[in-house]
Amino acid sequence: MDNAATSMRKPKEVTSAVTRAMTSIGNAGRGVNDASLEAAREIYETRSLLARLFGVKDPKQIAFTSNSTMSLNMAIKGLLVPGDHVITTIQEHNSVLRPLYELEALGVSLSIVGADEKGKTTVDDIKKAIRHNTKYIITTHASNLTGNALPVAEIGALARENGLIYIVDASQSAGVLPLDVEAMKIDVLCFTGHKSLYGPQGTGGIYVSEQLKMRPLVVGGTGVQTFRHEQPPEMPTHLEAGTLNGHGIAGLKAGVTFVLERGVEAIRERELALAQMFRKGIADLPGIQLYGDFEEELRCPIVSFNVGDYDSGEVGDELLQEYGIITRTGGHCAPLLHKHFGTESRGMIRFSFSHFNTDEEVAKAITAIKIITTE
Amino acid sequence: MRKKELKLVVTFHTTAEAMALEKAAKERSLLGRMIPVPRELSSGCGISWTSPLELREELLSLMEELQIEKDEIHEIMV
Repeated sequence: MDNAATSMRKPKEVTSAVTRAMTSIGNAGRGVNDASLEAAREIYETRSLLARLFGVKDPKQIAFTSNSTMSLNMAIKGLLVPGDHVITTIQEHNSVLRPLYELEALGVSLSIVGADEKGKTTVDDIKKAIRHNTKYIITTHASNLTGNALPVAEIGALARENGLIYIVDASQSAGVLPLDVEAMKIDVLCFTGHKSLYGPQGTGGIYVSEQLKMRPLVVGGTGVQTFRHEQPPEMPTHLEAGTLNGHGIAGLKAGVTFVLERGVEAIRERELALAQMFRKGIADLPGIQLYGDFEEELRCPIVSFNVGDYDSGEVGDELLQEYGIITRTGGHCAPLLHKHFGTESRGMIRFSFSHFNTDEEVAKAITAIKIITTE
Repeated sequence: MRKKELKLVVTFHTTAEAMALEKAAKERSLLGRMIPVPRELSSGCGISWTSPLELREELLSLMEELQIEKDEIHEIMV
């Protein structure tokens, strides 16, 4: 039950798509033979499906990357310059924080806004941090630690009103929460393929609005405009140097198709039902400390908690060894939110549910926690 | 080698644009296929679209309708 780290159970269509791709497609954009064209077609189709999922008008504004971390590094290092002021939050993963800290050392200034006792950050918290030289707001769509969602549509509107660029980390939310870059006024969306889009690891992408010009982090072969010294300026080639992960993208296409066919809302309802069943089953047990706002309807299917005075790692190990339940424990790459909750040293036990988990598995997990809390 | 014929050749800045045209042309059953960019044409994507000359207007209006950005369109022997 560690699907926020990666969705380990994939639809069978995903694995067969990867196998088919590995035995049939060539290098996209490197020729007009059937194998190369088939790779280019597969990649184009995937771009179009992702555009549909994220409300992107022009699929060409989506570039493929290897994961959210790469997309976030591309956005942060490709846009920010010394002298810029950036607002971010304590909700962020190290894939946002570390690139920002690196640029802070080079002269970018940073405001990191906090959260309330349930770990929620509001649009007003962000509004108060705006300065005369603020250029960017960077937030996650949902915390990988608590599952709490941020009000991205409100933050997007605030950013647009103030002429700021809004960058969103959708690692946890893509495929689970509603996403529409136009309606939510998101300028850059960074996502990964291997979580709730059910694709293989090593797939991900970045949407960049047409108005934005981003310096590419990596330049090189593109199969196009060979004699030009600079990386071609047109999207998506601008951000896609080198051979794309065509095999992985073929799997991602099958994953995104699965999500579109089932529907994001139906997937979320099922996953949240499992998460709420688990939360209700453990909430009143002795010594359970839950983190996050479970009243909110729009959230990710994550339940994080601690038991008595135990280290989260000890509980996680017990769950694994005695009950065969996989969870994530420790720091979850979210240092500031752990500081906020005072859990830097003990960490948290995180259960994160997938559409493929069953009621029986949840019941088994509740029983395991019951035994652990009463032993 | 095949005998060359005068045909339309459309070049693109990116492979993504080329794929968008191929998909749209197939959906409308417009005759044509992808070929390597002929050496007479300089810039653009490494692959180009070729169609019979009489499809010029249909291709142009299709690209305009779907906002597919071409690099250039030529009539050359391919």
